[in-house]
Amino acid sequence: MSVRRVMGTEVEYGISVQGQPTANPMVASSQVVNAYASATVRARRARWDFEEESPLRDARGFDMSRQVADPSQLTDEDMGLANVILTNGARLYVDHAHPEYSTPEVTTPLDIVRWDKAGEQVMLDASRRASQLPGGAPIVLYKNNTDNKGASYGAHENYLMRRSTPFGDIVRHLTPFFVSRQVVCGAGRVGIGQDGRDDGFQISQRADYFEVEVGLETTLKRPIINTRDEPHADPEKYRRLHVILGDANLAEVSTYLKLGTTALVLSMIEDRFLSQEFTVEGSVSALRSVSHDPTLQQRITLTDGRKLTAVQLQMEYLDLAKKYVEDRFGSDADAQTVDVLQRWESVLDRLERDPMLCATELDWVAKLKLLEQYRDRDGLGWDDAKLQLIDYQYSDIRPEKGLYHRLVGMGRIERLLDDEQVEVAMHDPPEDTRAYFRGRCLEKYADHVAAASWDSVIFDLPGRESLQRVPTIDPLRGSRAHVGELLDRCETAEALFAALTR
Amino acid sequence: MAQERKQPRKSTENEEATEVAPETDVSERKEALDDDVDAILDEIDDVLETNAEDFVKSFIQKGGE
Repeated sequence: MSVRRVMGTEVEYGISVQGQPTANPMVASSQVVNAYASATVRARRARWDFEEESPLRDARGFDMSRQVADPSQLTDEDMGLANVILTNGARLYVDHAHPEYSTPEVTTPLDIVRWDKAGEQVMLDASRRASQLPGGAPIVLYKNNTDNKGASYGAHENYLMRRSTPFGDIVRHLTPFFVSRQVVCGAGRVGIGQDGRDDGFQISQRADYFEVEVGLETTLKRPIINTRDEPHADPEKYRRLHVILGDANLAEVSTYLKLGTTALVLSMIEDRFLSQEFTVEGSVSALRSVSHDPTLQQRITLTDGRKLTAVQLQMEYLDLAKKYVEDRFGSDADAQTVDVLQRWESVLDRLERDPMLCATELDWVAKLKLLEQYRDRDGLGWDDAKLQLIDYQYSDIRPEKGLYHRLVGMGRIERLLDDEQVEVAMHDPPEDTRAYFRGRCLEKYADHVAAASWDSVIFDLPGRESLQRVPTIDPLRGSRAHVGELLDRCETAEALFAALTR
Repeated sequence: MAQERKQPRKSTENEEATEVAPETDVSERKEALDDDVDAILDEIDDVLETNAEDFVKSFIQKGGE
C-alpha cells in the first residue's frame, strides 16, 4: 500500500452557550445533534446502536419542544438518542460533554480532508439550527482540544491495519514518528501545562495531556499509542489502529499530511520495510519538550545515543518513505502518494530553515504568526488574555468569527478543496468503501432503515416481524462499484433486501 | 517550561527574509509588509470577541474521549 488505506477521523468539538458559561454542555451538545437530525434526517431517524432497541424505538422522533421545555429532565439515557447516521455515511453524536462527528470510511488523505471538513460544516449548520430553537441561546463550537484549564477532548484518527502485523512493531516504529510529527500537524496552543499554569506558546494542543507510552485509556493516563482494538471489520484479518494523540486541525494541509504521512509509515511497518529503529529515550517527556519549543531546536535523544531535532527525525522517516515508495512502486506510484511525499519534504525543508515559511499551510505556524504580529503591534506578553482569546477563536467554526476562516478569507491559508466539494460531502458518501452502501440506504430508504453502524445496516421491512440485518463487515465492499447499480435499480428497501438475499 | 514574556524575534523580520526579492529596496518592501500586517490585524480586530478577559474566563470545557 501507499497513502491509500481505509481511514477515518472522529472529532469532539468544544462547545459554549453564549452568555451562559454554566450551561450544561451535555444538554447543549444534545441540542446541537438533535437540531441537525430533526432538520435534515428524513422521516424515521435511524439509530446508531442496535443494542437497546425498545427504549430508543419508543422515543424516536425525539422532539425539540420537550427538550427546550425541560432540559433538566434530560438524563444520560436520553442523551443516548443524540446519535444519528448521516447520508454521507458519517456519525453525528454526543460523546461525554461534546458533540462529535466521525467521518465515513475513506481511502485517501484528501478524502479525509474532504469528509472531515464536511463535518465542520455539519457542525456549523447544527449549531445554527440549535441556536434558533425557541428560548435557545447561541451555541458556538470550537474545533480545538483544550480549554487551557485542565480539560482536553480528542481528535482521533483510525487506520485499518493487517492483523498479522505484530503490535510490538507498531509501537516500536510509530512512537518516534508520533513524538515528532507534531511539527507538521500540531494546531498550536497558548499555555503550557495541562491547566495552562505557565505562559507561552507550544506546538501541540494535546502534548501536555499524554502521560504514558502505551495503554488502553483515552480519558486519563492517556497513552501515545492507544491499544483499543475494535476493528469494525473481520478481526481475523484486521485491526483498527486508534490514534488519540493528534490535534484537531483546521488547515487542510495539516490534516492531509497528518493522515498521509501516518498512512505511509504504517505501510512501511506492515511491509517490514523499516530496518532502522529510532527508539526515543523517554518518549512522553520528549513529546512535551518538542511541543514546548516552537523554534524547533529541541533535541530528541535516541537510545542509540543520537540527538535529533523533531524535524530531523521526521526527515529520517521521509527518506525511508521515499525509498519505500521508489522500491515498491517506482514510477507507478499513485499521484496522491507522490504529492504527500513532495509536500512533506517541502514542509520539513522550510521548517528547518524558518518555521514561519509554513504559515500558509500549517495550523500551528499560522496561529503563531498571528500571535507574534499582535505581540509586536500591541506589545503583549504571553500572559495577556488577548493572546489566549486568539488561540480559542482561531478554532471558532463560524466563518464570520473564526480566525482560521478569516485568514483563509484573506488568502493567507492555502486550501486543497473548494467549498462546493466540501458541501457535496455533507450529503454524499465516499464511493469506494462500505460508507457508500450505508449512506445511500439512509438517503433512499430512510423510512425502512431502523439502525446502522460501521458494520451493518438494519432494515425494518413491511410484512416482516423481525428486523433484517445486512452485515457490512468488509470496509471495501458495498462501494459504488459493488452496489451502485443495485441501489439505483431498487426503488424500495424490500426490493433491495430481496436482491441482496436472493 | 515557561517562555520569555516577550521574545526578541519579530515576525516582520521573518517575512523579509523569505519574501524579499534580491533587487527590491528593503525599506520600501518593509513598509509594504507593515501595511499588509496592519491590514490583517485590522480585519482580525473587527471580529475578535470584545472582552478578552471575560471570554477567556468563561471558556470552560469538560474532558472528553
